Amino acid sequence: MAKHHIEATVNGDAVEFLCETEETLLDVLRDTLNLTGSKEGCASGDCGACSVMLDGRLVCSCLVLGCEVSGHKVETIEGMAKGESLHPLQQQFLKSAALQCGICTPGVLVASKALLERSPDPTETEVRYWLAGNLCRCTGYDKIVSAVMDAAATLRKG
Amino acid sequence: MRYEAPDSLEGAVALLAGAQGEARVLAGGTDLLVQMRADVLDPDLIVDIKKIKETRAVTEEKGGWRIGAAVTGAELKEHARLKKAWPGVVEAANLIGSTQVQGRATLGGNLCNGSPAADSVPALIAAGAVATLVGPKGKRDLPVEDVMLGPRKLALGKGEIVASFLLPPRAARSSDAYLRFIPRTEMDIAVVGAGVSLTGAVAARVLLVAEAAQAIVGSRLDVPAQERLEAAARAACRPIDDKRGTVEFRTQVAGVLARRAALIALDRARSNS
Repeated sequence: MAKHHIEATVNGDAVEFLCETEETLLDVLRDTLNLTGSKEGCASGDCGACSVMLDGRLVCSCLVLGCEVSGHKVETIEGMAKGESLHPLQQQFLKSAALQCGICTPGVLVASKALLERSPDPTETEVRYWLAGNLCRCTGYDKIVSAVMDAAATLRKG
Repeated sequence: MRYEAPDSLEGAVALLAGAQGEARVLAGGTDLLVQMRADVLDPDLIVDIKKIKETRAVTEEKGGWRIGAAVTGAELKEHARLKKAWPGVVEAANLIGSTQVQGRATLGGNLCNGSPAADSVPALIAAGAVATLVGPKGKRDLPVEDVMLGPRKLALGKGEIVASFLLPPRAARSSDAYLRFIPRTEMDIAVVGAGVSLTGAVAARVLLVAEAAQAIVGSRLDVPAQERLEAAARAACRPIDDKRGTVEFRTQVAGVLARRAALIALDRARSNS
């Protein structure tokens, strides 16, 4: 059957793409729109490496069909820095070495940004529960959690 | 594989009723997409119900609450008045998966996935929730406990879908709670789950296990009543033995969770007076 013709907004830009029903939003982002920042870890919604925002809501892009985003707004890791200027979370992750291999990092950053927009002064417990769906198999989570707390403090100072 | 996203219940029913081959309803997709990926399912038609107004709304109705089948756990959690009336239902929905999954997963999907470990289902049953089904023969209401017949087996006819749930009006000094046992802190599938809804802080209603309700109706939920509740919950348990828990363990834990959930609901009901 013919491919679906989808129009959506990705990182503020109007985009059009063609996709098969079976293709997930993650497939579309990576393979069609060449936005390869979102990663495929498990493809079953367990690891969070493909986290994106869909209409302001944190989701796993591997659990969304490409055709479901017709008319909707998607934000990915590629939209996080403003030009050459990294988001305070990105700066803090570099400063605190809160990553090793980096596969989980885009998802962790997207999820953390979503948390800090809702809860600018989260407790450590809140950060850990919010990020429970973002698995890291390198560093352990302490550096990630403290980087998020530190970035939250920076953001609160404005 | 065909994808359709109708904007009316009638449209969805017509597509599903007329489907050749296998057809599946798509709400949050957190089970459907995983099963498609694992080659457990390969539907010929997917009907996305999220463009249908009725499936996406939370509204007050007859003093109770109507929740659309495709409302997400995250949306329920952000609904302050619903959360105050039915904290157990909302907390159960928010135990399903991660933050990311809660942004998509729905009550309708959790029920219709047909898993005995579905977290929101015991809470809905304890709450006395009724599912409103829409199909080729029209609309009908079915108590949630009658929708799921067994693992992966639903009482839905061809073309019939769950459109919404109705939670009954809440009396003063009422509340509910849901607890589950998992071996981890977060992000797991329930080995045992227990939902309890209490009314009036002295009378109680536990619709799932009539004997458990009998054990505490008319009581102040004092220690002997708690013990009767535990025993009744254990007696009603028909668990399976698998790698996640033995029959003996699950039966034991069911009693403990029922008692603890009842005490949480009691505490909440008292603060609602």
